[in-house]
Amino acid sequence: MDATQLAIEERVAEQHRHHKKAQFFWVWGALLVMTAIEVYLTYQNMPPVKMLTILMGLSLIKAALIIGFFMHLRYEISRMKWLTMCSVIACLILMTIFFFPDAHRIITLGVK
Amino acid sequence: MAESALPGVQSVYEPSLFGTYSKKVGMWLFLLSDSLTFGALLYAYSYGRISTANWPTPFHSQSIVNATIMTAFLLSSSLTMVLAVRASVDRDAKAQTLWLLATMVCGAAFTILHGREWTKLIAEGLTLPMFPAPPGSDATGEFANVAKSVPLFPATFFGLTGMHMLHVTIGVVYLGVVALRRKFIPVLLVLWLVAWLATPSYSPFHYAAHVLLLAAVVCSIILWLKPKIYDSSDVEVAGLYWHFVDLVWMFIFPLVYLMSAKII
Repeated sequence: MDATQLAIEERVAEQHRHHKKAQFFWVWGALLVMTAIEVYLTYQNMPPVKMLTILMGLSLIKAALIIGFFMHLRYEISRMKWLTMCSVIACLILMTIFFFPDAHRIITLGVK
Repeated sequence: MAESALPGVQSVYEPSLFGTYSKKVGMWLFLLSDSLTFGALLYAYSYGRISTANWPTPFHSQSIVNATIMTAFLLSSSLTMVLAVRASVDRDAKAQTLWLLATMVCGAAFTILHGREWTKLIAEGLTLPMFPAPPGSDATGEFANVAKSVPLFPATFFGLTGMHMLHVTIGVVYLGVVALRRKFIPVLLVLWLVAWLATPSYSPFHYAAHVLLLAAVVCSIILWLKPKIYDSSDVEVAGLYWHFVDLVWMFIFPLVYLMSAKII
């Protein structure tokens, strides 16, 4: 492996050493609590659309916590953050644009 | 040190565009592409659900509790994984190995619980035409009507959760290689034999167990051709993969299980 890569690896390892272990436990606790809330809501007989909105909202928060803290993206340089997140979100938005109007049209017309 | 095409001439490298080492950028690129694979599967499931009248909501409390325990295992495995990364940067080899093994145990527990749930659902009639019929099961199981009236449901359910289970299994193997290196190959072969011999011939897992044999062959080739001691960067890159598997489950769990719970 070349010297540049080794130097970068050591710098990244040094960044990791500055993160307190306690924050990982807090994130883990928050993820477990949000999961418990999701399961509790399942048994509240809510309308499906409202239920889906809340569940997806909580899932997005959980995903952000995992990506930011566990996957360490919060501590990467902004170029890395923006390129990775914008590209994947753009692709998912494209999928949404193509798929869901059609699915909505089918159900609006009525499926027997 | 850096190798150069010209003997005696030292290579010069540009600074990293993304401010980190290339292995990590490579893993991020892989994960971005893999997120689109899961994105497509989740969209297929959601599309099927929206466009199909009377989409079944077949999961009883038992299935929801089982899936919740699976989620807890996966979330806990993410915690043990970050602790393994932390131990690796602190150069604490023993703690690193122990946390990696703890992560593998949580991942294996997730897979076993998921496998048990699949087996139960298949026995109750929620199946695919490609799965062999278990002896004693007939078309009168609780989920038989679901499979017949909305075949999209088992197709998308098994497709999505099966793909995720495969990722978790690959993740456990990946962490095993990082933690134990060549010592993991015999362990993997024993796991393959146990998984193959302990599952009945009509179970899909009887055939899926060969994934472990294939993994043993691939890992052997890699470990013998390029033996190395895995350092903190390798552990961190393996961690990225593992957290991604956890991340995907955070969407599968509510969409597939919680939104299809049978509330009485």
